[in-house]
Amino acid sequence: MAPSRSASAAVTGIPAPWDDLRAIAGAEHLRVAGLGDDVAGVQPQMILEPGSETELAAALRCADGTGLSVLPRGGGTKTGWGNPPVRADLVLSTARLNRVIEHAWADLTVSVEAGCTIQKLQNVLAENGQHIAVDPLWPELATVGGVLSTNDSGTLRIRYGALRDLLIGVTIALPDGTLASSGGKVVKNVAGYDLPKLVIGALGTLGVITRANFRLHPLPRNVRSFTFAARGLDDANRMMLAIQDSRLAHTGLQARFAGRVAPAVDVRFEGTDAGLAAQEKALRKLAAPAIVTATSDAVWQARQELWSSADSAAIGKFSVLQASVAKTCDRINHLADSQGVRWSAVVQGTGLGWLRAEASTASAIHQVLQSLRPEIEQLGGSFLVLHRPAVMPAIDAWGNSGDAFPLMLSVKRQFDPRGALNPGRFIGGI
Amino acid sequence: MGAAPRKAAEPNQKLVDARLLQEFRAICGDSGLITSQEELKTYECDGLTNFRVLPQAVLLPGSTEQVQAIVRVCHRERIPFVARGSGTGLSGGALPVKDGVVISLARMNRILEVDLLNAQVVVEPGVFNLEVTERVASHGFFYAPDPSSQSVCSIGGNVAENSGGAHCLKYGFTTTHVLGLEVVLPDGSLAHMGGRTLDTPGYDLTGVFVGSEGTLGIATKITLRIVKRPECVQTLLAAFGSTSEAGVSVSDIIAAGMLPAAIEMMDNLAIEAAEAAVHANYPDCGGLLLVELDGPTAEVEALMQQVDEICRRCGAGEIRVAQTEAERAVVWKGRKSAFAAVGRISPNYIVQDGVIPRTALPRIMTEIERLSTQAGIRVANVFHAGDGNLHPLVLYDRRIEGQEHAAEALANRILELCIEAGGSITGEHGVGEEKKMMMSKMYAEPDLETMHRVRCAFDPEQISNPTKVFPRTRLCGEKPGEYRPHPLETAGIAERF
Repeated sequence: MAPSRSASAAVTGIPAPWDDLRAIAGAEHLRVAGLGDDVAGVQPQMILEPGSETELAAALRCADGTGLSVLPRGGGTKTGWGNPPVRADLVLSTARLNRVIEHAWADLTVSVEAGCTIQKLQNVLAENGQHIAVDPLWPELATVGGVLSTNDSGTLRIRYGALRDLLIGVTIALPDGTLASSGGKVVKNVAGYDLPKLVIGALGTLGVITRANFRLHPLPRNVRSFTFAARGLDDANRMMLAIQDSRLAHTGLQARFAGRVAPAVDVRFEGTDAGLAAQEKALRKLAAPAIVTATSDAVWQARQELWSSADSAAIGKFSVLQASVAKTCDRINHLADSQGVRWSAVVQGTGLGWLRAEASTASAIHQVLQSLRPEIEQLGGSFLVLHRPAVMPAIDAWGNSGDAFPLMLSVKRQFDPRGALNPGRFIGGI
Repeated sequence: MGAAPRKAAEPNQKLVDARLLQEFRAICGDSGLITSQEELKTYECDGLTNFRVLPQAVLLPGSTEQVQAIVRVCHRERIPFVARGSGTGLSGGALPVKDGVVISLARMNRILEVDLLNAQVVVEPGVFNLEVTERVASHGFFYAPDPSSQSVCSIGGNVAENSGGAHCLKYGFTTTHVLGLEVVLPDGSLAHMGGRTLDTPGYDLTGVFVGSEGTLGIATKITLRIVKRPECVQTLLAAFGSTSEAGVSVSDIIAAGMLPAAIEMMDNLAIEAAEAAVHANYPDCGGLLLVELDGPTAEVEALMQQVDEICRRCGAGEIRVAQTEAERAVVWKGRKSAFAAVGRISPNYIVQDGVIPRTALPRIMTEIERLSTQAGIRVANVFHAGDGNLHPLVLYDRRIEGQEHAAEALANRILELCIEAGGSITGEHGVGEEKKMMMSKMYAEPDLETMHRVRCAFDPEQISNPTKVFPRTRLCGEKPGEYRPHPLETAGIAERF
């Protein structure tokens, strides 16, 4: 992590409302920020843990009214994502908003508070044979609100869609204290604007998510995973396209790349025994002459493993056309070689990929990332920097949002006119 | 173009005067401007035909640049505009505004790009829904959202309404399949939202634009995701004594861990109408269930056997499985023609669109039946049973005094039942003009106020379809729309839910 620095709201000249915040949430739920509470390397002043969404909304209003900046936090697993905040006063934690409110299993829906961890939620849903068809990073710590705000879905997306396809309703607290719900508890609903989609991936810059309703899927009857080696980047890409173009109903498809080592392609199927046997056979035929072997489900942890011992590594997320995966990895290879940087990547069949780059000098990694972004943007894609070594020179986390940026700014100003929420952390300085 | 903006029109002064018409003509050409009263009548309503407003003019731009030029003039003069696709919408979303103009996207009807390798198609808004599938079908792809008007409804209209269809239970709605948009914003500027790749950086503006019913601007280019056709599709038809029995089997199918591509239900009155209209050869029963499974053949066959067993256990009398395309087409024809078919058994009727949690179905059905008996108004029921989307058809005869009023009251009461059950006032037809007053029953004031902030971010002057979606006041009730078949339906060219 970068050396922490302190940034506060002293600009307003209004005394910080700590007493008011204590009155709202209880004195025991406001504490001084300590080690590990930094947000992208910036040390906040205080941490508040409200016990209800009305407390949270009241606290937000109080903070906004007195010019404090507010940094919403769930499990704290991804607070390093995005740019460092330009001001960091109050961390608003959803840790105490952790209830599963209603699992309407017969309707295949659930209503849950934002601070509930994904694992806890999945455990409750599994009691009735269901799940949210997402497999985000660090589910035992990551919360519903955090996963939504960072738009982190996972390998199931290729079959079940992204969070935007599974979230059917949301309640958010706005900086002026408004608690607003949109969407609902039914899967099909076109009444009013789709605010759930607006807050997914917004990194908490429009409002603080306090509760969410999801559509659910039955847990699969059986799951089988397979892997085979590709002959190189082009072959891996060709095989992924062939699987996508086939009539297989795979629920996972990824390729694992590591420098010049032969890439591995992983495929997952779910269903009845009869269906699985038929699909396995079809896959073997499709992949020939490559030898397809059954593998453990642990292979789907490959994305998360990119983060192990990552102190001296940078990690980024790229999104390219599924047919451009080989070209993208070839560019990565070329740039990494020229700087003496080691790289590995996990790329899904959808064209979403996660890249890990490491080297003994952070400036070499920086150089690779700086050169890579324009090349990926030229291919019509995007590249986000999610994690960087502490000593690496600053780099914008987001990249280019094109001619829609003025509109994004306009939306931000409507929801958060004073810029209280996560100031400076989002795209274009939002 | 340098005319000074006017502040406000005098009471009898027309916002769209000869000078402006000349300006519009210069943009769209003679053939792209409609002003005669006769021709304007074509545009006075959409599929909800009981609301009618004559616009000042209709413009038919042929390019994004022309749409921009028109909207810039509207913005400068504060003239409200309403974008229109094929006009098949059922909530009055494309109803003109009296002092405004209609911008028809019918001429922007080209498929611009087909990228099979990346499973994408780029289209202009006037392209018909079914044309997308037709273009890619020979390569084994289809465009998944399938509103019943799909042979004539436009992709631009689908984007505005976030259209669904029978198969959205498994495949999702329009919003699931729109990757990117080129949008002319209400000030005439251009914005590109989303794109060809997933998770473009920044807010998901595509997500909020889809389903905004024309209130946030005009989509001029749309990037769609297409889907590989499954290996096998089978459709099962099961006849039950009542919709409640059919409903139990739906619950059991879901509880068994299956996600069919579609689950549809019809009651006896709807079956009677469909039989009268298209002779679908449905069994005569109290509740008809239609279950479609798709996927790898071995999987579909294994699961279809289980569906069959569940239906028999729940008391299904007759069960048929359509396996060929031709057999499936007949089964679906009856279902998809149900709305228009009701015209065979009732002179007038209202098509309602509400959603309930699926498990509330038996309770709500009983309540609808009770209300129907109480009011002396018949109700035919057609559902997307898998996702709880109800389409009660409220039948009446306007020649009988008081019936129209009673039917409207009943249709509104059904929506209130949906809200009370935790559902929605619309699953796929949109709020539009018809249900805007219901919005304040479904959402609390802070909810609506927050949605309104989005409106203000996109369209601070509120000239883009200004009178739709949001309620003007919270005090009065509203008039639900009577269903009259669209001329295209009567001619057998189009069907709709």
